[in-house]
Amino acid sequence: MSSPWSIMLATLAKDIRLEWRSKDALNSMLFFSLLVVVIFSFSFDPLAEESRHIAGGLIWVAILFAAVVALNQTWARELRNQVLDAYRVSPAPPNALFLAKAIGNFIFVSVLEALMTPLFIVFYNLRAVGPAWQLIPIALLGTWALVVNGTFFAAMSIRTRSREIMLPLLLFPVSIPAVIGMVAGTTAILTGDDPAHFWIILLLTYDVVFTTACLALFETVLQAE
Amino acid sequence: MKRAFPILAVITAVLLAYALYQALVVAPTDAQQGDVYRIIYYHVPSAWTAFLLFFINFIASVQYLADSKPTTKQAAKWIAVAVGVVGAVAAFVIPLPAGIRPSAIATTVLAIPVFYFLLGKYFPGEKLDVLAVTTAEVGVVFCTIVLVTGPIWARPVWGIWWAPGDIRLTSTLVLWLIYVSYLILRRFSDSAQTQKLAAALAVFGALDVPLVYFSIWFFRTQHPQPVIGGGGSMDPKMLDVLMISWTAFLFFAFLVCWSRYRLEILRREVEQAHAMQSLSGADSRVAVSSPDVSSRGSQ
Amino acid sequence: MSSPAITVTNVIKQFGRFAALRGVNAEFDSGKFYAILGDNGAGKTTLLRALAGLAHPTQGTISILGMTPPDACRQIGYMAHPSLLYDEMSGMENLRYFARLYGIAGDERCVEVVRAVGLDPELTRPVGQYSQGMRQRMSLARAILHDPKILLLDEPFSNVDVHSAGEMVHLLRGMRDSGKTLFVVTHQAALLQGVADEFIWMLAGQIVSRTPDLPAEFTGAGVR
Repeated sequence: MSSPWSIMLATLAKDIRLEWRSKDALNSMLFFSLLVVVIFSFSFDPLAEESRHIAGGLIWVAILFAAVVALNQTWARELRNQVLDAYRVSPAPPNALFLAKAIGNFIFVSVLEALMTPLFIVFYNLRAVGPAWQLIPIALLGTWALVVNGTFFAAMSIRTRSREIMLPLLLFPVSIPAVIGMVAGTTAILTGDDPAHFWIILLLTYDVVFTTACLALFETVLQAE
Repeated sequence: MKRAFPILAVITAVLLAYALYQALVVAPTDAQQGDVYRIIYYHVPSAWTAFLLFFINFIASVQYLADSKPTTKQAAKWIAVAVGVVGAVAAFVIPLPAGIRPSAIATTVLAIPVFYFLLGKYFPGEKLDVLAVTTAEVGVVFCTIVLVTGPIWARPVWGIWWAPGDIRLTSTLVLWLIYVSYLILRRFSDSAQTQKLAAALAVFGALDVPLVYFSIWFFRTQHPQPVIGGGGSMDPKMLDVLMISWTAFLFFAFLVCWSRYRLEILRREVEQAHAMQSLSGADSRVAVSSPDVSSRGSQ
Repeated sequence: MSSPAITVTNVIKQFGRFAALRGVNAEFDSGKFYAILGDNGAGKTTLLRALAGLAHPTQGTISILGMTPPDACRQIGYMAHPSLLYDEMSGMENLRYFARLYGIAGDERCVEVVRAVGLDPELTRPVGQYSQGMRQRMSLARAILHDPKILLLDEPFSNVDVHSAGEMVHLLRGMRDSGKTLFVVTHQAALLQGVADEFIWMLAGQIVSRTPDLPAEFTGAGVR
């Protein structure tokens, strides 16, 4: 009897294997992220004095848009050939599938961040005045915040017309507190003006609340026809 | 019921006219803002009405989701009571950010189980969902009024159209965004379970709003921002007019909701009747039993 | 006579203004092979999906072996016209993954079902490159992986070459003979002549007739 954890790991392993084999989505996403950073650097002058104050916002907005493109293809493979039906008729718990997809997206978006962040640092000559290590919890918690809700709303969008626009439409309003947290926290650390503790706690609270909500309601979304 | 509606409509019209008179003529002129402030008698009651409608939508959505299985139905009832009791006590025990009164929180939290049981009793089954879509639509209208009157008020008085750090206005904006996305989801969803998906979104929205509030509140403590609408106490005469205005708005909201509710019930009945007819014209072999809209069947 | 394996009670399935199933009442015994026929839009696919637990009835109930369809999922095998397989993986890789979902450890069962449907377990070609006949067979393998008592097959022979179709029918007959209950929706009714125990004809969301033999107007008609 497979435990939910082993099903989740098997699903995650399968997704990573398939992504690695084709590398199509990964390569085009990486290039897209690079383009976003370049466009931003042309639009918002990196040499200006205030760049340190706006860089936090720029990075996270760029990541948000790149993440949406990545999130939109979360269920693409399951929709081809209606594989999702095969999952639905199996005894496998829906949350195992959800967590596998969310963690997969987390890894995917983290890879994009790993590419985009050094580019931003280079283009904007960024240097953290505050404690730089605090950027790590902000990045981890913030990414999970986007990805957990993104995976959930991507599943909801499956049942709608204009699928690609429905995902950001549903995701952005609900993500606003997380975006405030990510941006304000990053800016606080880059400028060194304020402590980032509250933002980290806010992101942690957000993650706990919405991960719980997603796990509680995912089965309803999966079983929607 | 058919006679009550026109009578109510007349009463509402009278109340709205009376409220207008009170707001423009009777209410005293503000010492600092002059007569411009009078927009408050439309701005604030719209906000309170919108919040009440969205609150009802949230309770209806949760109950709609919980009622689909007997186990969750029972559990949800107990949770509603627990939330009400614990929250009311906590409001007085836990230190709250400045500007929020414990009694306000306690009243809101106690309203949760009260509304939960009232809605469950008077809007069984599918009617909960009809109520949800009604309150969402009318709520968005009132919320739009708040967001339009807010900047109109702010510009002449405080010199700016918008302050991103203004807690109330920004939280209202997020609430508006969430419910507009809710209405778009309802319209664009092809699913047979659209109602459950929308209810799930409403739950997400409700969880989001307190987080928005606190995130902006903390942002303000780090970066002081102008407060649109001002804080502080109000002249009792002004408060009276505000309450009169709110009463008129509530009557109006009720009237519009009632209309929309009836419309939606009828629309669903028509849809069901259409569905039961034969695909190729009327078929006498089929026993057309138009199922009661409020029955749910096995989900 | 034992109680029926599947009971459908007054099932109505509504999609907005359209009712795909308009009051279906039926009982089905275990160990029988049921062929479901009817025009497009008659509700055949919807009925099958309702039995599989993929479509939730707007009204009415379905009882499978005494349980609701979702609870009976271990005893149900479902196959549809889309393959329900990942195009980018080989047949065995697909089956290994789905075996995990059912709690089946090891490769033996996967190899067994692949051989049973007449395919080669050593095949490393991705499923996306299979012919339609091979894809349908692999899809059937996936459906029987967990050895369910009840098989729900939606148009398994569509676009399949005659040879493969014949072999599939032979396979399905064997499954019925070993005690499984089969529901096959098809437009190619002639293929099941002499194999199916009962032919069920649906029209406008209802079952209008059930006969042990193929209705006369079907013999020779079939493939569209």
